[in-house]
Amino acid sequence: MATANDTDGDVLVRVENVVKYFPVKAGGFLRHTVGQVHAVDDVSLVIERGKTLGLVGETGSGKSTLARCVAGLIPVTSGRVFLNGTDISRLSRSAMRPLRREVQMIFQDPYSSLNPRRRVGAIIGDPFAIHKTATGAERKRMVQELMERVGLNPEHFNRFPAEFSGGQRQRIGVARALALRPKLIICDEPVSALDVSIQAQVLNLLSDLQTEYGLSYLFIAHDLEVVRHVSDKVAVMYLGRIGEAAPADALYGQPRHPYTVALLSAAPAADPDAAAARQRIILTGDVPSPIDPPAGCRFHPRCPKAEDICRRVEPPLVTHEDSDLDPARTAVGTDGQPLEEAGPGVPGIPGGEAHVTACHFPVQPGESLASASAATIAAERESA
Amino acid sequence: MSAFTEARFEAHEAEEASGIPQPSQVQGRTQWQLTWMRLRSDKVSMIALVVIVIMIILAIAAPAIASLTGHAVNTAYPVNGENADGNPVPPGTNGFILGTDSTGRDLLVRILYGARISLFVGIVTTLIATLLGVGVGLMAGYFGGIIDTVLARFTDAVLAFPYIVLALALAAVFGPSLTIIVVMITFFSWAGIARIVRGQTLSIKEKEYIEAARSLGAGPFRIMFFDILPNLLAPVLVVATLYIPNAVVFESTLSYLTLGIQAPTPSWGNMLSDAQNFYQVAWWYLVFPAVALLITTLAFNLLGDGIRDAMDPRTERLIAARRLRRRVRRSTIKRENKEALESLAVGGTRAETGKKG
Repeated sequence: MATANDTDGDVLVRVENVVKYFPVKAGGFLRHTVGQVHAVDDVSLVIERGKTLGLVGETGSGKSTLARCVAGLIPVTSGRVFLNGTDISRLSRSAMRPLRREVQMIFQDPYSSLNPRRRVGAIIGDPFAIHKTATGAERKRMVQELMERVGLNPEHFNRFPAEFSGGQRQRIGVARALALRPKLIICDEPVSALDVSIQAQVLNLLSDLQTEYGLSYLFIAHDLEVVRHVSDKVAVMYLGRIGEAAPADALYGQPRHPYTVALLSAAPAADPDAAAARQRIILTGDVPSPIDPPAGCRFHPRCPKAEDICRRVEPPLVTHEDSDLDPARTAVGTDGQPLEEAGPGVPGIPGGEAHVTACHFPVQPGESLASASAATIAAERESA
Repeated sequence: MSAFTEARFEAHEAEEASGIPQPSQVQGRTQWQLTWMRLRSDKVSMIALVVIVIMIILAIAAPAIASLTGHAVNTAYPVNGENADGNPVPPGTNGFILGTDSTGRDLLVRILYGARISLFVGIVTTLIATLLGVGVGLMAGYFGGIIDTVLARFTDAVLAFPYIVLALALAAVFGPSLTIIVVMITFFSWAGIARIVRGQTLSIKEKEYIEAARSLGAGPFRIMFFDILPNLLAPVLVVATLYIPNAVVFESTLSYLTLGIQAPTPSWGNMLSDAQNFYQVAWWYLVFPAVALLITTLAFNLLGDGIRDAMDPRTERLIAARRLRRRVRRSTIKRENKEALESLAVGGTRAETGKKG
């Protein structure tokens, strides 16, 4: 069950081929399953000790589902999740309990993630109560220490969540997650519900805590700049799969997957000159239904570079050196030759040092997708 | 910067300079404090509350009052308590403040002892029914699946039962007694509470803070009682207050049908049942127990309504209008106050009619 190779390395969490399908039920009295939502489909990644793995993707791409699988909140359909070399994906609730201390979560909405009827002291003290680590005055002292650590007034432990602002509430959430001194904190869009000025405060707090306690983060967000700011490694998800993953600078500096390129081009730029200079890549159509995801590459119905092979063969996550990306390869693809043989890549796991991309025709340095996307739009208009 | 924001900015600076809104001085109000404040401004609810408190005190003090009058509860006083024809004497005769009943017993003392039964049955059955209903509703709502199906169908079955028919049958089988009454009323009361609790639980368990508790490693019972239950107290309290008068009436109904409290123990129900043969010669025998029953159930119902309104933040506007109206009445009427009142009254009327509809 457990593999020993994880315990010695820098890897804290290893996710292996995790699949999570949600059944779609129909019928009133006799309910039966009519389909599956492919929320997470065969995802592997690693989270290194003391590092932050950013996970980006649009709504419905399976980021949060993956996070809940890693946190052990929902059972996986198949695949395995290793924490410190122990497979936690098949553990019962009681067996999972001691491991809960290692993995904690910070939630997106600071308004619904704190029980409105309980006092802040009780909310932050919950982890101590559940794991029976401290009681009475001892617990109160620890709660107040935590409140002070995350920048809250320790005298306010007797207040209700409604008496705090959004940023303060998120600090309460951070204090609760921090209480058991976990090794991994899963941040599920921790700042997307906050004001921009407050976002920076919370992000700085998270980064201070990381240095102080050697925490690892799985940081989920759809704000690309926030992810770039906090992450060491970044993985891009699309329709339940990871499309591209790399160290943050490499991914933002030279995105290779057309989806990543489009995503980056859609992010607002603070510098007006940069905003004017860049080319927007307009993707056509909507995200396909995860109940019936497209065959081949999941991005092909919207990809400006899609070729015939993309509709048939699913591209593996492999490294692509820039030198490999000579135009001749593209020509091979258009001829309909099997590209698997021509593929230059070495398989890699997202979250590591490698820059891996799941694409038959990775974007090359200097290549413009905007013209390709304009051509696609024109072609679609003609056919319509 | 617009004139408006400038004005606000200046006002803010002025506030800071004068130091009026010190954050530490702002007193946070809990939901219960707010509810109590709103309830206190509601005259009807406060009168109902006072009536209930007086009723409870009188019921507790019934033996003391009985000794003051010098009349025991089940003792007939044929000499003073009956006239020459052997009929009840009217109120105020021979020291019988509310008159006597058909066998010459003190009506006041018997009504007070009846209050003990009615209030006991009302409060005890509601308490047990609430505990049962909350337990069943929480389990059904939280666990879902087969547990929910079984519990929810059982709840529906209980709600669909013709309770008078079952009461007749049970009383016939076990013989009427206080225990049977309590068991029977409880059995027919918990289902309504369970249904409300189940519905609320279903919506609360999807909240993110429940997931947060699960990620901390909290077990199902901790989540049910520490995380979900505090959010249910308000609706449960409202429903429970409205169940007390139902139980009081149910007990009186059973006693009236001679299936409840048995003579000579007094109950408002069996007193009414006896009185219907005598109302032509002794109106007081019928009127006073009926009035006691009416006042008690009305007070509980009005208080329940008041609590429900006080718990609903949407009625804040109505209550604000009420406060303002009072202030206007007290002080010399200022033009702007009057205008504010009118604008509030328009919204208030709408809210009131909306509530009834």
